Amino acid sequence: MLNTQDILETVRMIREENLDIRTVTMGISLFDCISDDPSRLEQKIYDKITASAKNLVSVCSELERTYGIPIVNKRISVTPISYVGAGLSSDGFVRLAKVLERAATDLGVNFIGGYSAHVQKGAIKGAAALIESIPQAMLETEHVCSSVNVATTKAGINMDAVKRMGEIIKDTAYLTRDRDSIGCAKIVVFANMPEDNPFMAGAVHGIGEPDTVINVGVSGPGVVAAAIKEVGQCDFSILAETIKKIAFKITRVGQLIAAEAAKRLGVPYGIVDLSLAPTPAAGDSVAEILENMGLECTGTHGTTAALALLNDAVKKGGVMATNHVGGLSGAFIPVSEDRGMISAAEKETLSIEKLEAMTAVCSVGLDMFAVPGDTPASTLSGIIADEISIGVVNNKTTAVRVIPVYGKGVGEYCEFGGLLGYAPIMRLHGESCADFINRGGRIPAPIHSLKN
Amino acid sequence: MKAVITVIGKDKVGIIALASAECAKYGANIIDISQTVMKEYFAMIMLVELTGVKVDFASFAGAMEQAGRDNGVDIRVMHEDIFNSMHRI
Repeated sequence: MLNTQDILETVRMIREENLDIRTVTMGISLFDCISDDPSRLEQKIYDKITASAKNLVSVCSELERTYGIPIVNKRISVTPISYVGAGLSSDGFVRLAKVLERAATDLGVNFIGGYSAHVQKGAIKGAAALIESIPQAMLETEHVCSSVNVATTKAGINMDAVKRMGEIIKDTAYLTRDRDSIGCAKIVVFANMPEDNPFMAGAVHGIGEPDTVINVGVSGPGVVAAAIKEVGQCDFSILAETIKKIAFKITRVGQLIAAEAAKRLGVPYGIVDLSLAPTPAAGDSVAEILENMGLECTGTHGTTAALALLNDAVKKGGVMATNHVGGLSGAFIPVSEDRGMISAAEKETLSIEKLEAMTAVCSVGLDMFAVPGDTPASTLSGIIADEISIGVVNNKTTAVRVIPVYGKGVGEYCEFGGLLGYAPIMRLHGESCADFINRGGRIPAPIHSLKN
Repeated sequence: MKAVITVIGKDKVGIIALASAECAKYGANIIDISQTVMKEYFAMIMLVELTGVKVDFASFAGAMEQAGRDNGVDIRVMHEDIFNSMHRI
């Protein structure tokens, strides 16, 4: 029989330390829905999504029951809509967003991602029209998530797109001003966007993926924080080893659920995303892990090193636990979705500059942070350009999900509720970068030799 | 299919009787059983074979968990594979 202590450890992780599967995401290709008749396109998209994912929610509920582990979100990602609707106008894209919304609502999933475009070198007509439609689409839908890839390490940075995305985010903030600019929580700007990411807002079903696929994102910051607390004062080798062991166990659960969900749904299994995804709940915080390592508050000196160690150990532990790794894979540091990050931002120990430095060594990027509503669009573009540069130069994925909260300033809060949480509005520099952003054109791809 | 049943709660008389009576009621065959007391808490672990259980997994698990709630202990029924996955390479 299994070891008693092992069984009790698993039960404790789920009961007390918030171990869960963050998301089971079904990727669905919409290429076979393409039609030159917009209403036919809409109908085919609705039919394909609802037919492919009709059992997604019920199978996830069965798995939760059988294995005793919560599956927090059930999600869908689709082929970037800018390809599927390449001939549409912006109004046509908004109509497609509403079709995605209706499919998501009818299926009972938590989010649907893929209202997306790739514009790292330039925009096809469909991509340009989709980008223009984002503010209205975010206003008129609840579950639809949008992402735009503005740069890759090979192509460089499309600064025209960076400039436009600053304005689009600002417009979305205004249109959704009655709910603390929540529309911006569903828009993410990427460098090196992955094609198999199960996490929102950036999930898309990439063009090299199978027709349908199951990707799983694991969670478990509370489990890692508890393990570090338990191991107590030890050196860094033992600290890293402790994280690796826990990450292995967490990821094995993800692997089990991914394989079983794929089998029951009759869909290929894609990847497990090795992530530590926090929630605003107590005891489910990545910042708490860093603080358990010995930082008085996240954001103080030593934070980047602590996060680098954590992120690397999570990957090393997780990679052996699953057949296929993918997505974003690493620790997430969204401000509004992590109680420890919220508290560090409130004290201003965590500044925007430190947050940016942290993103150089971990997953994703500047995520779910609130800034004053009167921030100029060019400053938002400057924030995006900085973060995207980190990804491009370091050959990694980075992204920005920023909320310029309309009508609010430093010292105030935005409140979204649920997994999206709440956040204090962070201080930015007042000095302008508009002349830099307004230059237009592309920043060339970085050189891949002479590394320093 | 085998499941692991964990029973965790304050130590008191009759916990094993309660869990095993529920198992017998549904036709779940107890293969192995172990228990430990941690401070004032009691933890019992049973490995059960569910082949003979007439109802579906969710109903059986729901009935066991309800029996736990009625008696002030936390009962969980989980497929053994979650433990095998986490703790065996």
